[in-house]
Amino acid sequence: MFAQILQQLPQQLLNGLVLGSTYALFALGFTLMFGVLGVINLTYGFYFTTAAFLALYGSKLLALPIWLALPGAALLAGLIAVLLDAILLTPLRRKKAPELSSLMVTLGATLLLYSLMTATFGTEIRRLPPAIISHAAIMLGGVRMNLSQILIVVTTVLIVAALLAVIRFTRFGLSMRSMAENGEAAELMGVNTDAVVRLVSFISGALGGTAGVLIGLNFNAIQPYMGETMMLKGFAVIIIGGLGDIKGALIAGLVIGVLEVLTAGFISSDIKDAVGFILLVATLWFRPVGLFGRAPAKRA
Amino acid sequence: MTSMSNNLLKIEDLTVRFHGLVAVDHVSFQVEPGTVHGLIGPNGAGKTTCFNLISGLIPPTSGRAILAGAPLVGPSWKRTRAGLSRTFQNIRMFQEMTVRENVMTGMQARLHASVPEILSRLGRFRKEETAAKVRADELLEFVGLAASADRRAGDLSYGDQRRLEIARAVASGPKLLMLDEPAAGMNPTETRELVELLLRLKQDGLTLLLVEHDMHFVMSLCDRITVLNFGRKIAEGTPREVRENPDVIEAYLGAKVAERLKGGTA
Amino acid sequence: MTTFLDNFFFSYQTLIFALGINGLLALSMYTVLAVGQLSLGQAAFMGIGAYVSALLTLHLDWPFAAVLLAAMIVPALFALLIGGPTLKLTGVYLALATIALGEIIRIFCNTSDLTGGALGLSGIPNKTTFTLIFGLLALALVNFVLIARSRVGRAMEAMREDEVAAGVMGINLPAMKLGALVVSAMLAGLAGALNAHANSFIGPNDYGFDQAVTILSFALLGGIGSPFGPVLGAVILTLLPELLTALHDFKLVVNGFIIVVAVLYMPRGLLSWRIGRVG
Repeated sequence: MFAQILQQLPQQLLNGLVLGSTYALFALGFTLMFGVLGVINLTYGFYFTTAAFLALYGSKLLALPIWLALPGAALLAGLIAVLLDAILLTPLRRKKAPELSSLMVTLGATLLLYSLMTATFGTEIRRLPPAIISHAAIMLGGVRMNLSQILIVVTTVLIVAALLAVIRFTRFGLSMRSMAENGEAAELMGVNTDAVVRLVSFISGALGGTAGVLIGLNFNAIQPYMGETMMLKGFAVIIIGGLGDIKGALIAGLVIGVLEVLTAGFISSDIKDAVGFILLVATLWFRPVGLFGRAPAKRA
Repeated sequence: MTSMSNNLLKIEDLTVRFHGLVAVDHVSFQVEPGTVHGLIGPNGAGKTTCFNLISGLIPPTSGRAILAGAPLVGPSWKRTRAGLSRTFQNIRMFQEMTVRENVMTGMQARLHASVPEILSRLGRFRKEETAAKVRADELLEFVGLAASADRRAGDLSYGDQRRLEIARAVASGPKLLMLDEPAAGMNPTETRELVELLLRLKQDGLTLLLVEHDMHFVMSLCDRITVLNFGRKIAEGTPREVRENPDVIEAYLGAKVAERLKGGTA
Repeated sequence: MTTFLDNFFFSYQTLIFALGINGLLALSMYTVLAVGQLSLGQAAFMGIGAYVSALLTLHLDWPFAAVLLAAMIVPALFALLIGGPTLKLTGVYLALATIALGEIIRIFCNTSDLTGGALGLSGIPNKTTFTLIFGLLALALVNFVLIARSRVGRAMEAMREDEVAAGVMGINLPAMKLGALVVSAMLAGLAGALNAHANSFIGPNDYGFDQAVTILSFALLGGIGSPFGPVLGAVILTLLPELLTALHDFKLVVNGFIIVVAVLYMPRGLLSWRIGRVG
């Protein structure tokens, strides 16, 4: 029994890391939006769904290869994010409305958008054309993985590295950081906050979109509510990591991914989805500022 | 050893840092009971931050405030219950409520009717609520807003909202009333009326601590003044002493010159 | 005439019951919104009340009054579990924590044998009556009005308008927030129990995210200036899909649209009248 567990462990850990990478990638844009723009934008899961559908139709109708369908869908998701921010959140920002107003408006919009999408596409699961990527198993020192899993991990690493570099070394990154600290002060110091809002929305939307395409690819199952399921996981990741904390979100995403796979493998797959939420509640009780303790847990 | 001098509020070594910037730097001063004490200084000197520290809106990095011998600790609502009250630089009225309801909200710390008493309209409820209403109307009379008691607070003029905010702050029956720029945005007539109002509060035995930019206002009203610059205390004394203090003159002059330079390049 | 009324009542009983139950749910949402907080756990509290009551009736055959009481107390305990740590944090945390509660409850009910798994519980005896639902709704409304016109009502409105200023007034913010969440959980649990004993069947997916958002749309459509607004919102949104059957499939679209429009363009809701705060 014990030997069997040990034998399965490397494969389980790998699967957990792949799943965790998708959570981390997904939560990255979500936590970035909160960190810089100060809102919980619940339409975020919709970019995830939208990009997956865009990639699906891009590859089906236009026969686009994956290396075109993926970035194309992500970019379009980014543009939709900018548009939705302009319609839903910019008016509230102008009015200096309380933070819960923005949460509620994006909540309503999410319900509206998902329901419209379900009415249009139905709830059946759609699949990408099999030719888009090889699903053949690749053996790597006793563990089995496929091309889409490798793509997920590699993309996550590249995107995270690029994002951290942008935040640390560019002028735009500086503007973002100063807005994250204090929006009004940043504006007074000459930061073009409208531009930062648009760019951050775009980047976040594109990140969510990238995650959507990659997961659609990996599980080969695309349907309207996939974003909502992911969104619920996203809440757990960003709270455990600390609201607005990019590094925290990465680690929390990986941890939840690994724990879920281990729970499913060794306890029961029925309760694997509860892992993140139980950790969330525990975080609130024992460490509300998140893993690295930098979240703005308390209002000034 | 703490000094046995006669003080109502004692600030000890109050310090707060934000992201490496020291906004309030080891500030100590005392407010004597029954006096009007001014806290002045150029823009960004840390006056409002000082107020926020004392009233518990932001936690200090170190140091403390002591009110009537008891250290002020915890969130703002506990400090209000300990006898502290304040107004805000940018008026924070409960706009949708009526003028009278605003003043009655100021009495939260003094009303104790329990939920069963409220639901049954029995016990302490009737007496307490009626007394609160009477007291609110007295305070509105006192600040000259009796005629507007049933109006929506957000519909009042700017000057009237300032006076309402003072009535609301007095309603809690504080030992110390802190006013953050009470004369900001007022015309000369309104300012004169405000001075009169605050002097009447002082006569009634209330101690006032105020932040203000209008120098004429400060000099004519305050018994003692503490001057801050870049988060540090640079002077303290009677209005006359402070006015003649070279450090104070330099601080204000320096700020003015800097402002002019900034204006010239913008 | 009485036969006509009987027939009318018989054909529309489900709808009439739904009006009252949704009214209670709208009030439960109002309780939290009225202190400037947002809970997305109202559906979960309702679900807990429904399951607890159904299990007590089916397995232990408790008297209905005791069942209803338990259906209020158990969700209140969950409210303490979720609300306790979030009180000193910004409102965002409560909103997200209540979503998490909803998911935990949904997953539990879907997998546990006790709750009948994905099939849910059936054969729950019909014990809910018209008088009971609307009597409780009326009682709740009267209590809300009495509370509104008191120090507690003033504290609630102050917190909703400006939490910082409310704190400076001496209002015990954590106690008020926790109190509001507990009362809202009790009301939602009660509504859940009444619903379970009116429909004879409950399932784990009746209390999901969509239901939570629908309850929010009741309150936002009606407006939260007084406790009557949310009830009006619940009545409209319960009747609307019945009157316009074409809307039936787009119920969630409509609910989502209402939230967006209400937050952006009519923050006071349909019933913009605000209740006085002096007793």
